[in-house]
Amino acid sequence: MAEAEIIRLHDHRTKPDADGEAERKRCAATTATGRPCRNFALPDAEYCSIHARGSTAAQRRHPAQGIETPSRPPEPEPTRTVLDGIGDFLRRRLDGAYPVDDFGYDPELHREVLLPLQRALYERYFRVRTLGVDRIPHEGAALLVGNHSGTIPVDAVMVQHAVATEHPRHRTVRNVAADLAFNMPFVGHLARKTGNAVACDEDAHELLRRGEVVGVYPEGYKGVGKGWKDRYKLQRFGRGGFIEVALRTRTPIVPVAIVGAEEAFPMIANAKLLARTFGFPYFPITPTFPLLGPLGLLPLPSRWLIEFGEPIPMDDYPEDAAEDAMLVFDLTDRIRDTIQQMLYRNLSLRGRAFI
Amino acid sequence: MREVPQGKRILVTGVSRFLGLRLAKRLEEQDGVAAIVGVDLEEPPVPVRGLEFIRADISSPLIARVIEATKIDTIVHTNIGSNPARLGGRSRMKENNVIGTMQLLAAAQRSDRVKKVVMKSSTAVYGSDPAEPSLIPEGHAQRQVDLAGYGKDCAEAETYARDFGRRRPDVDLVILRTQNVIGPTVRTSMTDYLSLPVIPTALGFDPRLQLLHEEDAVEALAVGALGDSRGIFNVAADGVVYLSKAIRLLDRVELPLLLPMAQTTAGLLRRFGLVDFPTDQLKLIVYGRVVSTQRAKEALGFRPKRTTEETLMDFRDHRRADLVPSAEKHPAWERELFDYLRSRQPEKV
Repeated sequence: MAEAEIIRLHDHRTKPDADGEAERKRCAATTATGRPCRNFALPDAEYCSIHARGSTAAQRRHPAQGIETPSRPPEPEPTRTVLDGIGDFLRRRLDGAYPVDDFGYDPELHREVLLPLQRALYERYFRVRTLGVDRIPHEGAALLVGNHSGTIPVDAVMVQHAVATEHPRHRTVRNVAADLAFNMPFVGHLARKTGNAVACDEDAHELLRRGEVVGVYPEGYKGVGKGWKDRYKLQRFGRGGFIEVALRTRTPIVPVAIVGAEEAFPMIANAKLLARTFGFPYFPITPTFPLLGPLGLLPLPSRWLIEFGEPIPMDDYPEDAAEDAMLVFDLTDRIRDTIQQMLYRNLSLRGRAFI
Repeated sequence: MREVPQGKRILVTGVSRFLGLRLAKRLEEQDGVAAIVGVDLEEPPVPVRGLEFIRADISSPLIARVIEATKIDTIVHTNIGSNPARLGGRSRMKENNVIGTMQLLAAAQRSDRVKKVVMKSSTAVYGSDPAEPSLIPEGHAQRQVDLAGYGKDCAEAETYARDFGRRRPDVDLVILRTQNVIGPTVRTSMTDYLSLPVIPTALGFDPRLQLLHEEDAVEALAVGALGDSRGIFNVAADGVVYLSKAIRLLDRVELPLLLPMAQTTAGLLRRFGLVDFPTDQLKLIVYGRVVSTQRAKEALGFRPKRTTEETLMDFRDHRRADLVPSAEKHPAWERELFDYLRSRQPEKV
């Protein structure tokens, strides 16, 4: 797999453009860590999608940093260390100078802090490979529909990471999560700050109306809470609510097949009594949990493969298609079958699960 | 504001309280308003030019005679209160909120002249629950949620209002569900809470706050009373601010408490008269509540002037200065109002 290119911005720019091919411009902003932003700038703009929206002046190019332009002599103190960048970032957080959207998504926290933290998990631990990530529309709304597995919904986080780092537009997947997540201390507001919303028609509809990429996992608890013997067998796809929303908003559906999450947290048994005691939908017993205590919550290092399928357009159905229950069932089944086929194919493509 | 029909005769309930008084002042400046009649149990703290004040209890049948005698065509009901301590205890509060609304609407139903009823309800009718949509639309209030106190009163008052709307389909009924109001001069449980030097929060929870500036709240009521739309509308500022960030913006210190402790702390704060944060609103500090204002923008034609963040900044920058109202900065009536609001001890009322 092609690694994300790490090219020094300065060398890159001073070289004369030999092949004449118009290079895509890089974003001119400085990240919170004090380095130049490595994202591509939006067409006809100076900044990438994150910094163009960021809108806080502090996020924009720092006077002492950035690309040297011939019109301006270099500042006397050009060396800003990573620590300065972190200092700026902390100051901004403490002053409260960071924007969040209505759903509570905090792009700065997500992009600058959490994504880099997840990176080792994504690249080294699970060794995630992706297929067809650029099939996700470059702009406008899209509905990602994926299989859900692995007891702890890490799969949704990995899909979000894959699209944020490997999609050409670095789009943010806005997953919709069960309300249980928002009821838990720490997890709840972290989920909001990383762009998640509540799994209900209203939220999905509103996010799609705003042109976001929304991720849904229609299996819900039945998917994450299924036993090892049912691995990679898709459960019932909810009640087709996601199809209705897609039809109403005329949003293309991108089927997503995630291979690897089942082995990361294989559930041997479900302790129903304990689940009822704690008010959880299931209580997993795995080879390591609760045997090793909290350490058992660490997922096993399985190898992952995430495939994004060809988008299925929803705009050639009639206006009131969402009211047609039969059509909704048919479409639900069709998408479920597509993902199931992708799963079988990718299971052999991935090869061995661990080493 | 669109063209306002001439000769409107408007009744404002709760005119001695903040919103009612400010609304009366706002309507007085409006062309086309022929008469403003204010009703409350006590006299307004400051005289308002053009306001005809009548001391009356809206939960007595006398109100029907007031409506008849003053030839009212528009009723703005702002008399649903949220603070039990300031309304003389929870049972008096319920009496005032629910029975008062019932009586008022019964009186309005009798009168043929009444063509419009505007009721100030609250987003408290949605409760605070993590399973609620991130932006709650108006149609979401009929769900079974555990409501208590103020939220329950509002929900019950709304039920009576809807019954009234069914019986008098010729009357334009507007229900405004306002988000928590803060501002330089208003006093609500939210302003009390945000004025604490150390702000207790629930450990591990950081709710999104959505507020409403006091001036926007008054303007929304005026738009409701003078415009020609009908229906139920959420009224709130644009944008949200996390509670943690709000506390930083206000230069205060956060004190995260474990949830059971938070209950006790709320009780203690109330006992010492620092903040009366009704326990039914405690969940707001844990889960938050953000509403969708799309309908108000499209059908009511109301756009708040300040975002939630700007509302907070205005609260921070002007509330402090207002601790000692200055003669040059504030008109006399505002200073009088401020003195009045400060002098009102919870037990006295």
